Amino acid sequence: MSGISRRKFLAASVAVGAATTLGGTKKALAAGSFSGYPDGMGVLVDLTRCIGCRSCEAACNKEQKLPDPNLPFDDMSVFDQTFHHGTQKRRTDESAYTVVNRYTPEGSDPIYRKVQCNHCAEPACLSSCSVNAYTKTKEGAVIYNGSVCVGCRNCMIACPFNVPAYSYSSAFGAVVKKCIFYHETRLKDGLPPACVEICPQEALTFGKRKDLLKIGHQRIQTHPGRYIDRIYGEKELGGTHWMYLSPIPVEEVGFDPRPGNEPIISHVKDFLGVVPMVLAIWPALFTGFHLLAKNQEGHEDHEHEIEQQHDEEGGQQ
Amino acid sequence: MNAKQILTTLMMVLALIVVGSTAMAADMPEQVTIDTMVELFEAVEFDHDMQSELGEDCSVCHHHTTGTGTTDDRCISCHANSDELETVACINCHVSDPFSSEQLSRESQEIYQFHIDRPGLKGAYHWNCTGCHEEMGGPTGCEDCHARTPEGGVFYHKDATGSAGEGGHL
Ligand code: SF4
Repeated sequence: MSGISRRKFLAASVAVGAATTLGGTKKALAAGSFSGYPDGMGVLVDLTRCIGCRSCEAACNKEQKLPDPNLPFDDMSVFDQTFHHGTQKRRTDESAYTVVNRYTPEGSDPIYRKVQCNHCAEPACLSSCSVNAYTKTKEGAVIYNGSVCVGCRNCMIACPFNVPAYSYSSAFGAVVKKCIFYHETRLKDGLPPACVEICPQEALTFGKRKDLLKIGHQRIQTHPGRYIDRIYGEKELGGTHWMYLSPIPVEEVGFDPRPGNEPIISHVKDFLGVVPMVLAIWPALFTGFHLLAKNQEGHEDHEHEIEQQHDEEGGQQ
Repeated sequence: MNAKQILTTLMMVLALIVVGSTAMAADMPEQVTIDTMVELFEAVEFDHDMQSELGEDCSVCHHHTTGTGTTDDRCISCHANSDELETVACINCHVSDPFSSEQLSRESQEIYQFHIDRPGLKGAYHWNCTGCHEEMGGPTGCEDCHARTPEGGVFYHKDATGSAGEGGHL
């Protein structure tokens, strides 16, 4: 590889960096005033209805043309799989945009929780992405443009639900993979996702987010004792478009019980505001670094010379 | 009232009962074919005769629509004395496409509180059937009722033989 192309690459990345940090500030300023798309669609996941049949996983695999699974979708031994010394259950990855996990709280029947992108109203992945690969659509989906993704994996770190996954097997093209709510193929035409359609238990209810909230609160009210009084995702992290009803406290089904109601962007807003300032002093800063380094070098050379001198003197003695 | 009159009255009453029950039996299907998911699963032949003998009362499955008093708290406040409806089949209220745009806009405009969030056909069947089967010790596994088609086998990747534990990166 020639030095020129490397330099070009570096120049381009600095430009992109500058552009996106400015973009980031715009986003940061918008946070707080944006209250989501009112007619955006969502899904209400009712954990009291799910029986862990994994049909939703199979439907997703088929329609998204994902790689063949290691085990059949009716093999329930996957619920016993754990990672990181038993601390982590299955998570979504490049070959599975949704997975169902089983929780067995003491004194209760097993509870199954389907995991996928929750399509936040103000997504952390979107705010963290330096090349603006993510978009929140007015229909409610969080989609991404794989052709601009540079594979930095900021979104993977930013996502509070651990959803975006890096594609280790693809050398080119889109490298981050996650559920996109079938935005192009279904959602835009008002169609429900394949997982919702297949679910035998109607554990997944598709509708306008605002209607789902009404439905969720009504279920809680009309079935006393069946649910805890909380729709997870109604307010959490600024609101999500996939929300959950649970019969037991959410931490017992693997959710962070107190993620806060602020979207992630609010936490980094102040920091992002500083970035343009940094950019302004960038040249001075680097000149400073350069000079420092140079000085250091000079110093070392000097020392080296002295040592040599000493050696020579020693030799003479 | 003499003996003859009593006999005539009794016979009339009897005749009415016979006519009434024939009409009911004629309305009531012996068998219901459930074939809404035939791509992945064979149609299910639901033995309505056998099931209705097991159930104490039509309202267990049909709520208030058959004219037998409903016992559901949420229905009873309006439908305690509702007459039999013209159509009592599940699919008349529990649609097979509960999330289509038309159904969602109907849902948005629904004015009766307890008709909001009405289950679709698949949900209604599964909750009713498996709910009761669990209580009565009936079969509850998917394939106990739904024989898979070859497409169904492909859909669930029944021949996948990779080892467990490989799935999912960390
Ligand atoms: S298809 Fe429905 S019932 Fe089956 S695992 Fe998925 S969410 Fe649960």
